[in-house]
Amino acid sequence: MLTFLRRRITSSAIPLVVVILGVFCLARLTGDPANLYLPLSATPEMRAEFAARHGFDQPLLVQFGDYLAQVVRLDFGESLRTAEPAATAVLRAFPATLQLAGATMILAILGAVVVGSWAAYRPNSVADRVASFTSTTAASMPDFWFAIMGVLVFAVALGWLPTSGTVGAAAWVLPVLTLLIRPFGVLVQVVRGAMVSALSAPYIKVARSKGAGEVRVVFGHALRNAAPPALTVAGDLTVGLVNGAVVVETIFGWPGIGKLMITSILQRDFAVLQAAVLVTAVTIFALNIVIDACYALLDSRVRQGVTA
Amino acid sequence: MTLVETPAAIAARRTSWWRLLLRDKFACVAVVILLLVAVSAVVGPVLLGDLAVKQNLRAVNRPPFSLDDGWAFALGSDSLGRSVLARLVVASRTTLSVAIPAVLISLVVGSIWGMWAGYHRGRRESVSMRIADVILSFPSLLLAVVVLYVFSPSALNIILVLAIARIPIYLRAARAESAELQSRLFVDAARTFGAKSWAIIARHVAPTVLPTLFTVATLDFCFVMLTESSLSFLGIGIQPPDMSWGLMVAQGRQVLQSAWWIAVFPGLAIVVTTVSATVLASWARLAMDPGQRWRLTLPRSRRKEVKP
Repeated sequence: MLTFLRRRITSSAIPLVVVILGVFCLARLTGDPANLYLPLSATPEMRAEFAARHGFDQPLLVQFGDYLAQVVRLDFGESLRTAEPAATAVLRAFPATLQLAGATMILAILGAVVVGSWAAYRPNSVADRVASFTSTTAASMPDFWFAIMGVLVFAVALGWLPTSGTVGAAAWVLPVLTLLIRPFGVLVQVVRGAMVSALSAPYIKVARSKGAGEVRVVFGHALRNAAPPALTVAGDLTVGLVNGAVVVETIFGWPGIGKLMITSILQRDFAVLQAAVLVTAVTIFALNIVIDACYALLDSRVRQGVTA
Repeated sequence: MTLVETPAAIAARRTSWWRLLLRDKFACVAVVILLLVAVSAVVGPVLLGDLAVKQNLRAVNRPPFSLDDGWAFALGSDSLGRSVLARLVVASRTTLSVAIPAVLISLVVGSIWGMWAGYHRGRRESVSMRIADVILSFPSLLLAVVVLYVFSPSALNIILVLAIARIPIYLRAARAESAELQSRLFVDAARTFGAKSWAIIARHVAPTVLPTLFTVATLDFCFVMLTESSLSFLGIGIQPPDMSWGLMVAQGRQVLQSAWWIAVFPGLAIVVTTVSATVLASWARLAMDPGQRWRLTLPRSRRKEVKP
């Protein structure tokens, strides 16, 4: 298990560096921050002084070297906009997104397991067709439109839920639902497919013939074997959740990392953008490793490297 | 798998594509909807181009489903008195002219690259897969946001960034299949006769891999369309005065309380189109698989019970 984890961590390190380098270069291309932070009448000397103060006059490679050296010391630089450390801004926004994404993924997985198993239990029944149609529609739903429709119906017309903010349980309903809808739709399809083939396997017949109850057969025997493919997809969907978070946080004014990234791109706040992307990338890589570890725990063939 | 063909399988081979399609109600409806969208994208701007931009200040914010102001206002009008119906039709061209080229570029590049990597194995394969991992591990919307902010949000840039973000999908699928194929006997035979590797890929690998890739492309079309809409919605995609469905939702959002129809219909158009493409993709997956095709000759309710 330790060898397995070590191998995974070293192989993720290269993509991580590439991502950091890519964002570093792209952020530098978004234009000169001096245009945004200095008055229009700024003299060339003032501009040069501004560039020198923030290190923009150095060659890109030197800037990148300095940046890496700082990151190793966990120093992410200062926000150009608010002059506070970039790490502070990111760490303030990160928990909001983490809570949102966590609540969403837990609900999506639980919901998908129940609905998917229920649909797979009797293939082609009415329940199965309803679940198939609903999940197809959910997976094809533009999340920004779903969010607006939610606001229109539940906030504007019925007045049950607030349109934005994070205070109180009611404020969580629309953001979580919006973020949930696409992962849920995709997961239901995956769980259903995996469960249909698992439930028709011979070991299910064996489990039934030795007198196991239906709940135990479905959730104890079939689900355990249907879990790995669903887990892989759930991992990919969690990465994609960042996409949804950008949209959802913008619409609902959620003070998370997606909103922070959009703001810092528009404000050319390099340090904050890089820190935000770095934190997101590290989280995603950590998550991938956790998923691989779960995979190995579920399936001993993967653990021993038989199929790998 | 048995080599003896059942009557159903033989019948399926004789049935034409057209017949197979007509037997499946859902797939039929999906094709009709997609054709409708395609036709409106091709001829719509010619027929309704003027109507979509013509302002009629005496018919501002007309509610939908009333024919008092003529058929053009059947879906209502926006705050400048422009017909929502005409704008929907014209916007379908923008939406499709971003989604289709993006899918085609990523399909062509990704599948050629993937077949090449899978055929040669070794270092070429592992480097390619690492590159795919890096692109996939970065949230695509975020990549698009950064890139489009750097290089002004034009339709061409959106196409390119979406194409690059989706290449790994085809790369992975094509590599997996061609890696399996290159060890097969018929490929070995071609190699023994001295065929060049490019010729083998084109003549023997591609025909087997392509059906899978086309199915992936149909599904990916939904993803690309949804991403383009999200980008346009966030204000970094298609820019006014051009129209796209996502942009129309964004414009309707500002007047949501007084004129809900401006945001609702473009979103519905996105949902209906993506659901149709998903339904068509799942039909095509069966139709293109010789071992599964016979299922389509049966009514939907009997498909899963009968074994060949």
